[in-house]
Amino acid sequence: MTPEGSLLAAEGLHKAYGRTPALVGADFSIHPGEVVAVMGPSGSGKSTLLHCLAGIITPDSGTVHYGPHTLTGLTDAQRSALRRTDFGFVFQFGRLVPELTCLENVALPLRLNGTRRKEAERRAHEWLERLEVEAVAGQRPGEISGGQGQRVAVARALATRPRVVFADEPTGALDSLNGERVLTLLTDTARETRAAVVLVTHEARVAAYSDREVVVRDGKVKDMLAGLI
Amino acid sequence: MSIGHTLLGLLESGPRHGYDLKRAFDEHFGQDRPLHYGQVYSTMSRLLKNGLVEVDAVEPGAGPERKRYAITDAGVTDVAQWLTRPEKPEPYLQSTLYTKVVLALLTDRNAAELLDAQRAEHLRMMRGLTERKRTGDLADQLICDHALFHLEADLRWLELTAARLEKLAEAVRT
Repeated sequence: MTPEGSLLAAEGLHKAYGRTPALVGADFSIHPGEVVAVMGPSGSGKSTLLHCLAGIITPDSGTVHYGPHTLTGLTDAQRSALRRTDFGFVFQFGRLVPELTCLENVALPLRLNGTRRKEAERRAHEWLERLEVEAVAGQRPGEISGGQGQRVAVARALATRPRVVFADEPTGALDSLNGERVLTLLTDTARETRAAVVLVTHEARVAAYSDREVVVRDGKVKDMLAGLI
Repeated sequence: MSIGHTLLGLLESGPRHGYDLKRAFDEHFGQDRPLHYGQVYSTMSRLLKNGLVEVDAVEPGAGPERKRYAITDAGVTDVAQWLTRPEKPEPYLQSTLYTKVVLALLTDRNAAELLDAQRAEHLRMMRGLTERKRTGDLADQLICDHALFHLEADLRWLELTAARLEKLAEAVRT
């Protein structure tokens, strides 16, 4: 049973790496258009939770529900397809393809989903403009600053109009001003498009851009709204 | 910091004379600002008047009589409410938060929950400031940034304390 109205929900997730437990009965849920910060100390299981929620890794037990799907019951190929169409990803270091221009990087997920080149590039231009980096469209990732690269990465994550965006320390490598601009653009755009954002961070100033926060500690998730004394 | 609540909390482990209370206070919290005797006795007479402590015994001596104070049920409730109520986030809260954490440990209350509640309260205020920053002009942004950096420092302290709670419990209980 998932919380009413939730888009993505996990119940009782367990995951261990060898004999080291990473998640120990973790629960989580997020609604459309909601930004939830996942906080916690290093090694607490934040990134493992994100990877389980996104179907990148399979938990040892427990379930992940996404809309009508039970993610944990799908095949690898089905999960990959879902990630391409419904999920967007932003990581700490952009992870742009170095051989492609910024425009081609943003157009790439659209092309993988079957969008024709011209249409994909038109939409990629729109997203670059929205993220205020249209000027670097023709440049390669190695030729632009970290802040610009991260905005391109956000444009790429949002270009397919995903229903869930997974952001893992998206501003960890940026200075304060660039970090704030990226967060504002990411959260504003996600709220506008009703995308849910799972924002993994250890920084309170980043978490302050969320609607609520959960804390992962020793592999368990504590919802700070529900768990107050 | 609330001296009244701190002295009440120290009384939870058992009745004490004013002198013992001052010594316990100084030992745990008075590193840079020991308590004056006058503060102890004026605070105790206020707590007595409010029914939060009672005189448990009176010992005659060469000088004035020595009163031994005990916490009442109302006093225990008062301490519990103070400990569980998050502080209004503002700069330089550490001494109050530190006092609350130590008292929670000394009285076998859940210090981790206390820290979590305070953490949530800080983030709630940081969200408000971030929103004000998002919609405000440059002056608003700079004012909010100043507050945000202070709150962030508090939050880091809360997280570090949470991570060291077991060690702190050992230290304050020995």
